[in-house]
Amino acid sequence: MAESATHPQYLQHHFADAVQQRESSKLGMWIFIVTEVLFFGGLFAAYAIYRAWNPEIFHNAHTALNWKLGAINTMVLITSSLTIALAIRSLQVDRPKPAQHYLWVTLLLAATFMVIKYFEYAHKFHLGELPGKYYTYTGIEGTNPHVFFSIYFVMTGLHGLHVLVGMGVIFWMILRTRRGEFGAQYYTPVEVTGLYWHLVDMIWIYLFPLLYLVG
Amino acid sequence: MSDTVATAPIESRIAVPKQIDPKTGLPRPNFLQDGGKGLKSWLFTLDHKRIAVLYLITISVAFFLGGIFALLIRLELFEPGKQFFNAEQYNKLFTLHGAIMIFLFIIPSIPAILGNFVLPLQIGAKDVAFPRLNLASWYIYVFGSLFAIASIIISAADTGWTFYTPYSSSSSSTAVIPMTIGVFILGFSSIFTGLNFIVTVHKLRTPGMTWFKMPLMIWGLYATAIIQVLATPVLGITVLLLILERAFGIGIFDPAMGGDPVLYQHFFWFYSHPAVYIMILPGMGIISELITAFSRRKIFGYTFIAFSSMAIALVSFLVWGHHMFVSGQSEIAVMIFSFLTFMVAIPSAIKVFNWTVTLYKGSIVFSVPMLYALSFLFLFTIGGLTGLMIGTLSVDVHLHDTYFIVAHFHYVMVGGTVMALMGGLFYWWPKIWGRMYNRTWALVGWILTFVGFNMTFFTQFILGARGMPRRYWTYLDQYQPLHGFSSVGSFILGIGFLISAIVLFVAVHHGRPAGSNPWGALTLEWTQTTSPPVEHNFDGEAVYEHGPYDYDKVIPKVSI
Repeated sequence: MAESATHPQYLQHHFADAVQQRESSKLGMWIFIVTEVLFFGGLFAAYAIYRAWNPEIFHNAHTALNWKLGAINTMVLITSSLTIALAIRSLQVDRPKPAQHYLWVTLLLAATFMVIKYFEYAHKFHLGELPGKYYTYTGIEGTNPHVFFSIYFVMTGLHGLHVLVGMGVIFWMILRTRRGEFGAQYYTPVEVTGLYWHLVDMIWIYLFPLLYLVG
Repeated sequence: MSDTVATAPIESRIAVPKQIDPKTGLPRPNFLQDGGKGLKSWLFTLDHKRIAVLYLITISVAFFLGGIFALLIRLELFEPGKQFFNAEQYNKLFTLHGAIMIFLFIIPSIPAILGNFVLPLQIGAKDVAFPRLNLASWYIYVFGSLFAIASIIISAADTGWTFYTPYSSSSSSTAVIPMTIGVFILGFSSIFTGLNFIVTVHKLRTPGMTWFKMPLMIWGLYATAIIQVLATPVLGITVLLLILERAFGIGIFDPAMGGDPVLYQHFFWFYSHPAVYIMILPGMGIISELITAFSRRKIFGYTFIAFSSMAIALVSFLVWGHHMFVSGQSEIAVMIFSFLTFMVAIPSAIKVFNWTVTLYKGSIVFSVPMLYALSFLFLFTIGGLTGLMIGTLSVDVHLHDTYFIVAHFHYVMVGGTVMALMGGLFYWWPKIWGRMYNRTWALVGWILTFVGFNMTFFTQFILGARGMPRRYWTYLDQYQPLHGFSSVGSFILGIGFLISAIVLFVAVHHGRPAGSNPWGALTLEWTQTTSPPVEHNFDGEAVYEHGPYDYDKVIPKVSI
């Protein structure tokens, strides 16, 4: 079709041009990130309140967390943020093949994070360091030590859910890159996936010191 | 008005209908017919106008359901003692009425129905920024509603729409979890609608339409969208914690386990107070359109109205504590929240003053939408001023949890938002369907609604001031005359809504063709497209030719 030069396939009918479409998508993702910040914001508020009320519990209970595993996971996620940024960079210079490889590495790192998280969780399940009424562990002094684990599991659990969703989206982006949908002209979906992934990374960067490095 | 400013009637850009369908009498093409026929073409549509119609249908069902529960409540309260329901059943009735009306009806109502339809048209866009997300948010709405309805079928919920802990988390034996899951899911629908609107307003305005040339309806929707996006996630995490508390006993809101039930109230009202502005701000947008269109006068204080919407959106986040004056907050917190509550009244008052001044020396047309707009001015002012009374510390201690509160928020929500919604529906109905409704019957519906509403709820101010507590299924004999009067009024109100609904429904198929601009209004949806609009809204690109309220400069051509 003659108009394909000005109206390429990836451009949806209601946008005037590709710039408008890309800026709309990016703004949309930024707003979504704001909603995520407020979503986790509620949990951070709860954390602040319960830590202010029970400083000794938070201090005693955090020793149950393995800070070495937490630190490894922090490195894993930061590296994955780098690799997804490199994937976007590769698309910007019109090299979809390395972009696809970088996305695979990102996916692999995300999976590594979840595996390490699984071992941490399994260990706590085994000891009975569980939220609320399922808490059976006796090794932590102070009243209501389960409050710490309630907050720990809700926060890291929701974060883990976000990692899983991110893995799904990254995999979808790999498929679309393979189909040749992206190049220097059009890579917005990968770019906004990257934005989302950095958010997931950011949240963990706050969770790690707040939960693992108390006192 | 001098002759020099009056230009030729602005007909040039009204999309000339390519043909008139002889069977329907409507112009073709239009989105109702050319987006495809059959259920599938509607369920998979990406057209914001069709999605608006989908919302119209589902939200009307929710309104009907919530209305039925309201009438059952009023039946029970006709006299003291048991009429039809016992105390447990009554608790479920008011919970379902509240939860359905708030989460399934009033929060999505104006943005999702009229906002979806009007927003892209008024800014000259072909659609919202993310049409697929728009359709998805409708499906999410339906999915969330199914959970709420499942809750009704299982054993309802009896916590009140506020789901206060620890009753909701530990004591209640009813289906709280399905209802709160429904609320959680509905929140996503609201967030996605808001996100879509913000991006659409930022990025898809037609060339020439700068921020301060937008219709005020858009400012109202934009401010609403900001609250939807910022507040709703907090409700999400709140009900999620409530669900986890109830399902797994995590103890965050349970005082027996070191948790704090008042923290729940803080979280809940951090969303739910801004949420009352999600309900009223789009209504204020509609009123700005109606008042100016039917006064034939440029709106007074455009920038003040626009900025007051934004001011409301921001200050609304700082007043949640006024719901908790008797929940044991510190005295200093209570005083600050009381002060901020007075602050948030200022932008609302600015709007009311500006609307009133717009009416002054205008050529007022008492059309059906205008009558709803004038009702809004009257009723919302009562609702707003009584809000200041209960925002006052000493008065609130007396009136807290009485019928005075019930009357106050019904004056704002029904007298404000629902009146605006009705006005908006009667205003844009000819645009949506291309047909005009029967004016006489619409007037009958309006009169019954107005009279019935005041009968129902003005009495409740008096009941509350005399000490009638809310949420009680029975009461002392001395309250019977007022309760009886209120119950009679509620049925008149119900009949009023029913007549209006029938009038609108009949018009869809049997009204006479309305023409592209039956009101002679100046915003783009009236001046630059047909009724019903074409599939992609405009014939080519919409052109910004004059301000949305330039009644002093151009004479709009009324086409009937």
